Amino acid sequence: MSRYGALRVLREGLTGNRGWQPVWREPQPKESYEVVIVGGGGHGLATAFYLAAEHGITDVAVLEKGALGQGNVGRNTTIIRSNYLLPANTAFYERSLKLWESLERTLDFNTMVSQRGVLNLYHSDAQRDAFARRGNAMRLAGIDAELLNRDEVRELVPLLDFKDARFPIEGGLLQRRGGTARHDAVAWGFARAADQRGVDLIQDCEVTGFDIDGDRVRAVRTTRGPIRARKVGIAVAGHTSQVAQLAGLDLPIESHVLQAFVTEAVKPLLHHVVTFGAAHFYISQSDKGGLVFGGDLDGWNSFAQRGNLPTMERVMSSAVAMLPCLGRLRVVRQWGGVMDMSFDGSPFICRTPIEGLYLNGGWCYGGFKATPGSGWCFAHTIAKDEPHPDNAAYTIERFREGRLIDESGHGPFPWAH
Amino acid sequence: MHRIRCPFCGARDETEFAYRGDATKRRPPDDADEDAFFDYVYRRANPKDWHVEWWHHTGGCRRLVKVVRHTVTHEVHWTGWPDQPPSLPDGAP
Amino acid sequence: MSQPFRLDGRGRVDRQQPLSFRFDGTTYTGYAGDTLASALLANGVHLVGRSFKYHRPRGILAVGAEEPNALVELRTGARVEPNTRATQVELFDGLVARSQNHVGTRAVDLMAVNQWFAPFLKAGFYYKTFMGPGGAWERLWEPIIRRAAGLGRAPRQPDPDAYEHAHLHCDVLVVGGGPAGLAAADAARCAGARVVLCEQEPRLGGALLGEIDSLAPWVDEVASGFDGEDARLLGRTSVVGYYDHGVLAAVERVADHLPTPPEGVRQRLWIIRAGAVVLATGSYEQPLLFQDNDRPGIMLASAARRYLLDFGVAPCRQVVVATATDDAYRAALDLVAAGVAVPTIADVRAAPGPFAKAAEAAGIEVLRGAVPLRALGRQRVRGLEVSVDGSAPRRLEGDALLVSGGFQPALQLASQAGAKARFDPDLNAFVPREPAQNARLAGAARGVFRLDACLADGREAGASAARDLGFALPSLPPLPAVDEPEERPWPAPLVPRDGKRAFVDLQNDVTVADLRLAVQEGYRAAEHAKRYTTLGMGTDQGKTAMPAGLAVLAAATGRPLAELAPTTMRPPVVPVAIGVLAGRTRGRDFRPIRRSALHDWHERNGAVFVEAGDWLRPSYYRDGALSLMEAAAEEAMTVRRAVGICDVSTLGKIALFGPDARTFLDRVYANGFAKLPVGKARYGVMLREDGIVFDDGTTSCLADDRFLMTTTTANAGAVLEHLEFLHQTAWPELDVVFCSETEQWCQMALAGPRSRDVLARLLDGVDVGDLVLPFMGFLEAAAEGVPVRVFRISFSGELAYELACPRGYGEGLWQRCLDVGAAFGIRPYGVEVLSILRIEKGHPAGQEIDGRTTAGDLGLGRLVERSATGVGKPLASRRDLTDPGRPQLVGLRPVDPEARLRGGAHLVENPMAASTATDLGWISSAHWSPHVGSWIALAFVAGGVERFGDACLWAVFPLRNEAVEVVVGPVCFVDAEGSRLRG
Repeated sequence: MSRYGALRVLREGLTGNRGWQPVWREPQPKESYEVVIVGGGGHGLATAFYLAAEHGITDVAVLEKGALGQGNVGRNTTIIRSNYLLPANTAFYERSLKLWESLERTLDFNTMVSQRGVLNLYHSDAQRDAFARRGNAMRLAGIDAELLNRDEVRELVPLLDFKDARFPIEGGLLQRRGGTARHDAVAWGFARAADQRGVDLIQDCEVTGFDIDGDRVRAVRTTRGPIRARKVGIAVAGHTSQVAQLAGLDLPIESHVLQAFVTEAVKPLLHHVVTFGAAHFYISQSDKGGLVFGGDLDGWNSFAQRGNLPTMERVMSSAVAMLPCLGRLRVVRQWGGVMDMSFDGSPFICRTPIEGLYLNGGWCYGGFKATPGSGWCFAHTIAKDEPHPDNAAYTIERFREGRLIDESGHGPFPWAH
Repeated sequence: MHRIRCPFCGARDETEFAYRGDATKRRPPDDADEDAFFDYVYRRANPKDWHVEWWHHTGGCRRLVKVVRHTVTHEVHWTGWPDQPPSLPDGAP
Repeated sequence: MSQPFRLDGRGRVDRQQPLSFRFDGTTYTGYAGDTLASALLANGVHLVGRSFKYHRPRGILAVGAEEPNALVELRTGARVEPNTRATQVELFDGLVARSQNHVGTRAVDLMAVNQWFAPFLKAGFYYKTFMGPGGAWERLWEPIIRRAAGLGRAPRQPDPDAYEHAHLHCDVLVVGGGPAGLAAADAARCAGARVVLCEQEPRLGGALLGEIDSLAPWVDEVASGFDGEDARLLGRTSVVGYYDHGVLAAVERVADHLPTPPEGVRQRLWIIRAGAVVLATGSYEQPLLFQDNDRPGIMLASAARRYLLDFGVAPCRQVVVATATDDAYRAALDLVAAGVAVPTIADVRAAPGPFAKAAEAAGIEVLRGAVPLRALGRQRVRGLEVSVDGSAPRRLEGDALLVSGGFQPALQLASQAGAKARFDPDLNAFVPREPAQNARLAGAARGVFRLDACLADGREAGASAARDLGFALPSLPPLPAVDEPEERPWPAPLVPRDGKRAFVDLQNDVTVADLRLAVQEGYRAAEHAKRYTTLGMGTDQGKTAMPAGLAVLAAATGRPLAELAPTTMRPPVVPVAIGVLAGRTRGRDFRPIRRSALHDWHERNGAVFVEAGDWLRPSYYRDGALSLMEAAAEEAMTVRRAVGICDVSTLGKIALFGPDARTFLDRVYANGFAKLPVGKARYGVMLREDGIVFDDGTTSCLADDRFLMTTTTANAGAVLEHLEFLHQTAWPELDVVFCSETEQWCQMALAGPRSRDVLARLLDGVDVGDLVLPFMGFLEAAAEGVPVRVFRISFSGELAYELACPRGYGEGLWQRCLDVGAAFGIRPYGVEVLSILRIEKGHPAGQEIDGRTTAGDLGLGRLVERSATGVGKPLASRRDLTDPGRPQLVGLRPVDPEARLRGGAHLVENPMAASTATDLGWISSAHWSPHVGSWIALAFVAGGVERFGDACLWAVFPLRNEAVEVVVGPVCFVDAEGSRLRG
């Protein structure tokens, strides 16, 4: 195993950079594995890594229909945070944030975790109270949170509109430990680390079906032939409905497009991640200098990784309403990701009615920040055949039972979360 | 930008409409049981294909419009009234 | 000497209009018609900035939107525009621009030391280091990297300019005013189609502007047809996005060529709905790969030709040409004709095309099979080393180097429309297949490069677009005759063996070696290699990097180039200002403002407004020097002791008509409405289908088939949609119609023990006694002839009424109430007090009905249980929604009345051991109650009712390190028996 590090970069630099090895092998699929993970995105790769690293299960294959990390892990706004209200979410996302905090050393790959602080602006007394409820819930869960007044917010982010705003800023809820990470590095780091521990990462291998014997999964059928497996985990957010249907499962998920945007790179302008309270809008500046931001879903079922114009217009007016100095900055790229929108806005990490088949999906907006936590909990669920307490609430059955995890309170309208 | 042909108003921008999702299920009668309503509320079609769905023309005539739209190409094949059976393209599931 | 490289008698700039401008503090002159780039070149300025990573000196490569290098900070102060392509900036008098991304000057950039460390700064180096313990990344390295990264500096003041959105509908949209686009637009127009023609430059002509014979008469003739609504020319307009259903977005730079927008807008976003679209977007010339191919003075051959022919600017005195195309010979010949020395053309091909003879006749040496090895010079190119057929390197001297590696169709819009591109081995370019949607391609955009073919292709595209839309084609005059020799194809991009300083992506400093390293490290998929190296991710979006980049990857991975394809391209085609996409909706105009009929009165009478959704509502009325808290206490006590009046017009009002209206109401509310008598109002709770409380309000029966529903302010729109959805999809058999009346009626609450006295004097001859108008009664009356609906309902717990009149009479009725009420001490109150009063009375509002609470949670369980059916009932009975352990709504008081309660506090038994596990609930609303003389709150507490009187709960607020001991009690703090409101 060849480790990274400053000395290595120096040595390689002096010797023509000829010694760098491939970050992962390109193995042929074996006939059978103990665990097969369907989906080589962030969550699938993280799951494979933690199966190997935490549970010693290395006879693992990750099957990816295209190239690794090309789903939502490569198409998001890179925000990490654990500023949730409901206990089921605070526990899970805080586990994830803790994993983020040491991820580069865990993976020997600089994922550029940057705890620049996530600031949620509030614009009314009622919103302040709702944020306070959430911030206090975080503090009770041992998570950092600070409630700022208008002056404190102004000190932190002076470029916000404190003069001419339609919805004047009253204050904000700040999680200093929140921030951003380099999204591609997360996928590559998990992939490399999983590969180094013996996991087979198999690209260009699409799953076309499941062999289910009675109520137990036996194998997956793929475009590269059948692969037997004792356990199979699905982690294909965006297309969870489609893959689950191959196993005969109907899930409470709809697929929707979420757009993101980046401006031309400029010198440091905005330090924090800031979210608007007067509309759904969030923004940060990348290390490269581009301002990365997004807003609402386009609002109708879609599997197209492209965005529409009205949403773009809405997002842009939020941008200048919140930060009036952004007007002259230019958007250089717009992209869309397909979200698994569940019926309460919260995800699934659980067993399924089919023995040996496990589900990870329904991530809505929360997928990127969840990546390490999701992999960690999903690996636990697969390895132990039972959920960890931190993901025990993320079942499919919760809708039957009425145990909804509805952070936004929007109800069974996936496009509204 | 979707352009939806409202049977009453004609082709309009999507911004005039409120999306209401899967239109393949009829609401069960009031006295139906929990299972029937669970099915109605939580089990919605999510095809990567043609999708029959409701668009509410809230910025126009305020009628519900039934729309057959493809979830990858976004092409709209057919629009009609709530009581009309949707017309699907040849070869659609 | 001014403009030493401007050639007399050449170019199309206006020599009568000299313009003065400043670049990096030096004053230069140019002419009207110049771009900043052409004016800089005329003054001999080639070094214009520094590169992203290595801070290498960079010059002007291109002439248009594809420029990767020449990015400047344009203008000053609040109008500063970083990263602006000098090639697209039209010169104006007084223009100020600065070079970017250097420490020191652009000539002496201290950051250029990065070049020495290049071996350690290869692609992705930052993923492999900076991982030291103790947060070294965030504390040390990240700030350094952030400061070094970025290009220009963004403005820090609000953008002073205005932008707008406008809409166009047309039959045929033609994108691109070059030869193909002009021919297409002309054909479609002649067929009778309504045509819009968009051209990004201020002048039509496209590639023709870089020709000697610009076909100007023909261009003018076509343009003369575009003079009205039916044939519209949008100049300075870039089509930036091709969206679904034939909708395209274009940005018109209305005033960017002027010092400041003289009036109106800086830029305009056109949203164009087109029946058919012709994409005549042309092509981009591609550079060649060799060592140090990024030096200032290295320029695309077609760009140099356009600078010469269109702007009258020579790149230098002596030019070296390195080419893989015949087109570069044109540039060489034109330069020679203009007096510029071109000693040598190095052609990578063994067999050059038809211009080689002419070149040799003009005294130019043509080297065949000449592979460029490396450029000479640092801050300015000094020549080129070539190897002819593998022989020893030969130095060609010159102070400019023209390169031409082939032409790549501009794929962006076609790709957005759904066209996949494939590698065409005959053209050695990526060419779109016919796109999806309603687009067709014409000319160079689909690989038709010859001018005569372009014209014919454009005409055919325009004609067929019109024909498909049902227009009959007239016979068209012949296209201008063009005599062009048959050119020889260019080869696929040549990839040099030593790729260390051979730049593929000039803006992001991605070299051939970087791409090879990416492949060596396993990033073999094109998408991985791109992301690992940041290839094509600059502000030029890789317009001059894509084909070469894919060629390098193909070679490095041993795959044929045909197996690689450019990834789908997303909008915008060129970077677009956020401001123009936002348009007018910003600042105060971010959202429309809704004002009640009484707004002006409130304003005149000292109201302090607060946003309530889109509404502005009076929070309280200023009263001398009283604070909000004191003024609110005064207003609240007036209601409790005398009478107050409050504008409640914002409540949603929905009229229901029809014989089945009653049945409909009975179904949509969770409590029964089947037996609501005429002349009575009833409180109703509405659930979502999933059993969670959606909204509440009162509904009054005006007649057996006429009802009036009120909703909360926030949900007025959502409730109407909910009703319509149910009616039209579930119960179409019910004969009922709805109509929102929110805006049509002005409504005011008259509350307090003296409210009846006011009402009695207000209404014309109506008995308002308890028998006629009991609690929850309704009647229609008049006040001085104005129709008034009177509801005896109470949000405050006092004897209270709500009066509604047609909007136009609102202020009159309000004033009458005040006049009549003066004798009883009436005063207006705002939403602050509305909130105090409803908390005192224990009415839930938005803070309690938050999309997660059930009727049972809100203490409305019994009300709802009485009715068997209703929307949401079946799923409301799910196990966890009926769990008795769920937090229930209660009232809270602090043990110490002065102790402040705050919304958002959580409730625990032991404040020292507060945690998620011991969390029992939360405070949803809290306020100082002047009536109780204490802080009071509404809260949700697990096991709520059993805790009444229990003083062992603490409201903890860790965000402020507060803990307040509280007593749990019923939700009502005033008149629990309800004698006041029934009084």
